Amino acid sequence: MATVSTNEFKAGLKIMLDGEPCNILENEYVKPGKGQAFNRVKIRKLISGKVLEKTFKSGDTVETADVMDTELSYLYSDGEFWHFMNNETFEQIAADKAAVGDTVKWLVENDPCTVTLWNGAPITVTPPNFVELQIVETDPGVKGDTAGTGGKPATLTTGAVVRVPLFVQTGEVIKVDTRSGEYVSRAQK
Amino acid sequence: MKTDWQPTADIETLRHRAQIMQQIRDYFAAQQVLEVETPQLSRFGVTDVYLQNLSCLFSGPGFAKQTPLYLQTSPEYAMKRLLCAGSGSIFTLCKAYRDDEVGRQHNPEFTMLEWYRTGFDHHQLMDDMQALLQPILATQTFLRISYQQAFLQYLQVDPLSAELSRLREIAARYGLADITANETDRDFILQLLFSQQIEPLIAEQLPVFVYDFPASQASLARLSQQDPRVAHRFELYFRGIELANGFFELQDATEQRQRFEQDNAKRQALGMETKALDESFLAALEHGMPMCSGVALGIDRLVMLALNKASIREVIAFPLDIA
Repeated sequence: MATVSTNEFKAGLKIMLDGEPCNILENEYVKPGKGQAFNRVKIRKLISGKVLEKTFKSGDTVETADVMDTELSYLYSDGEFWHFMNNETFEQIAADKAAVGDTVKWLVENDPCTVTLWNGAPITVTPPNFVELQIVETDPGVKGDTAGTGGKPATLTTGAVVRVPLFVQTGEVIKVDTRSGEYVSRAQK
Repeated sequence: MKTDWQPTADIETLRHRAQIMQQIRDYFAAQQVLEVETPQLSRFGVTDVYLQNLSCLFSGPGFAKQTPLYLQTSPEYAMKRLLCAGSGSIFTLCKAYRDDEVGRQHNPEFTMLEWYRTGFDHHQLMDDMQALLQPILATQTFLRISYQQAFLQYLQVDPLSAELSRLREIAARYGLADITANETDRDFILQLLFSQQIEPLIAEQLPVFVYDFPASQASLARLSQQDPRVAHRFELYFRGIELANGFFELQDATEQRQRFEQDNAKRQALGMETKALDESFLAALEHGMPMCSGVALGIDRLVMLALNKASIREVIAFPLDIA
């Protein structure tokens, strides 16, 4: 099992904590003039998504987590699993509901997603920053309205609900920012 | 690949830095405190458990066998030898070196201002520091609080009498249980609580002297005659930065030797290498050192505070990684 000392801590390093793989977000070295040095670390648990602060004595070692981000295309869901494929090796991987989580509402067939693997198994799926989805239902809008007046809710093919400007109609394809869940524009044809 | 050659501090900052150094020299000249220089390389290191010397090897005429030399973590021992030799009040602006220390407030090679005032106790030295630093930091005044009061005020616990279990409880309350739950070293928990729960809050508006540290953290300070649970050691804090550490100096050579030996015993218990005692320094103390107080101040941090810079890299031209 690989270990690292606090001297190797930096943002992005993946370590094991309480049996869960974690990502180091921030690392600060603290040294009281006459006292023992320690590292104050901000960590994101990769499965629960929880962010917490931990303290380590400088020089302590921790186990590294075998965590890898891979870019895979989303293929389809069979209801229980969501299937992704590596476009170079054509290898397929199935992620369960826990790994896909809320990302399910942004999954578009053939879109490249970041699938985070821990010991080879998917633990999280991150959609592309922008996706294009069709509106299946929204109230008919008022002519002449422009963006920025509050808009109206629109339901997309995946079930996601996004606020759109009044001029956007059912059947149209729109571009959405998956990080904020906000409407960006009508899709370019 | 492009090679990084540019300084991390801008030239304007370096100009301000030079002005501050000049201001310090002018202050001590007016006070008739003598500027001295001390060795950066010495045959002896420090026994402090949590200070690590960088070292190198020297060979040459008279040193046929390679001789280890230690880069000094502070000019303290050499300056005290000068005091014992009759120098009177002295100051130095020098480089100091510490292994293992890199961070937002740490560079392994840094600049230190250290000075000693003969005939001063620690409170008189704090007055002196305030006179020097107030114009540089542009603050209205400085505050003073004892170590015990600081803990009572911020954490509602007496650091001198609280049980170990109580200290652990408080550490747990602040999310520090992960490294304190099994900790048996009171001072580690106290230092952790101080640096995490007091230091960031205590001196947000004005610089604060915290004085009379627990005797177990006395370092080279004399113990209080009124309350032997504390030593006349103090530190200066401002905006979350530990700026200076000072002592009403221990003059007793026998007690000094015992403290060094205790350090070495603790080093041994922790599986660290022990350090040879600086016999020249101890011999000077045996000869006799005048009653005095002394303080070491981090110049890089002073410049950070004076110019409102967040990282030590912004006030040093070439930090270690590009030195």
